Amino acid sequence: MSHDPGYNFAYLDEGTKRMIRRTLLKAVAIPGHQVPFGAREMPLPYGWGTGGIQVTASILGRDDTLKVIDQGADDTTNAVSIRRFFARVAGVRTTTRTAEATVIQTRHRIPEAPLREGQVIVYQVPMPEPLFRLEPRLAETRRMHALADYGLMHVKLYEDIARHGHVSTAYNYPVMVGGRYLMSPSPIPAFDNPKMDHMPALQLFGAGREKKIYAVPPYTSVRSLDFEDHPFRPHRADGTCAFCGARDSYLDEVVCDDQGSRMFICSDTDYCESRWEPEQ
Amino acid sequence: MMRPGFHDPVPEAQGCFRAMLDAMSRPGRVHTLDVALDAPPPLAPATAAVLLTLADAETSLHLMPDGAAAGDWVRFHCGSAPASLPEASFVLSLGIHPPLSALRQGSEEAPEQGATLICQVRSLTEGEGWRLAGPGIRDFHHLRVEGLAADFLQQWAAQRPAFPRGVDIILCAGRQLAALPRTVTIEEG
Repeated sequence: MSHDPGYNFAYLDEGTKRMIRRTLLKAVAIPGHQVPFGAREMPLPYGWGTGGIQVTASILGRDDTLKVIDQGADDTTNAVSIRRFFARVAGVRTTTRTAEATVIQTRHRIPEAPLREGQVIVYQVPMPEPLFRLEPRLAETRRMHALADYGLMHVKLYEDIARHGHVSTAYNYPVMVGGRYLMSPSPIPAFDNPKMDHMPALQLFGAGREKKIYAVPPYTSVRSLDFEDHPFRPHRADGTCAFCGARDSYLDEVVCDDQGSRMFICSDTDYCESRWEPEQ
Repeated sequence: MMRPGFHDPVPEAQGCFRAMLDAMSRPGRVHTLDVALDAPPPLAPATAAVLLTLADAETSLHLMPDGAAAGDWVRFHCGSAPASLPEASFVLSLGIHPPLSALRQGSEEAPEQGATLICQVRSLTEGEGWRLAGPGIRDFHHLRVEGLAADFLQQWAAQRPAFPRGVDIILCAGRQLAALPRTVTIEEG
């Protein structure tokens, strides 16, 4: 498959790719540290994954196989349009199978199937600054990262426990990377946080509107913040997938009618399909 | 006559970058580049490919030793602004590299401004020599590098306490490259 000759390979011009590539190397060298970059305007609005797309465009090669998921699903609008975008401007193979992909761009989920060495997962990040809701001044949060001064986040978690009896953060649950940097895992469910710890694949994060890139190299410690007497507990809906019967995957709750009936289904469509295909 | 850069710049720069990205995320792994690059001596093909992939008019570059024979080629193809050793974002070393502490270290708030040393060495061998540990490495990687300063391990150990400030190194030999991000710890093997 060849790419649309009206565009440079993978849409971005080579100067922009070099700039993003330099940023990516520094991001990998300082795990969890947000590196500013000159995000370009992309042919889709902020909030639709412009950061992730720019990272993907800068690493993608002709031999790559791309998978794009949105909340775990391969068939939702954001995933379909980004997959078609790269099929057109880069002419790369695309897939919905996690195991076949070399590059996976994701919005708000990590696939259920364990990722392996050689794969790269690119997260779309709306707000890279984990301290943003506690300290709105970026000049101040930069200093807090410089000093590894993360007491404010611990106080926030403590107040959650004092008020609700447990940490009320169910997604975008803050993590410490390599024991040094507090990092936003992007709005993935806390259920997915343990998958980031010592993952064999390379994890890259792109925030287009906020113009930041950060990364977690393979086999790097990623620890969800917690307290000795209130250890981190990933939350999962207590149910079974209505399609494949999975009891271990992350579930979406689907309202079926206006009588209040509902069902749970796997959020990861590829995982779900791979479980019921052999039975057919 | 000026020798050409990449024959097919888009895929060759991408291939070289992916090798660098993997080298940086798995310190000590040696990658062999598949590029047809006729770089002027003493530039090794890997060194030339790394420069073409990363350096351009938006970056500053310090050439060591100054006025090396390949300097014209680098200046023509990369067009990087010349900079003094403590100010350059990229430092190219073809002989014995400068002390790491003389390079830009970045600040606590912007450690990404620490320099990248592109260091051409005699040889890179995976699986023997130094014992590397740190992010990107499950247990240990082993790497032998011929052609670094005699006191390189002391220099490397001296920059560790300053983390996140520091210098990252891309090692090139022939068509091979490996990387040493500032997070890696190196022990004599």
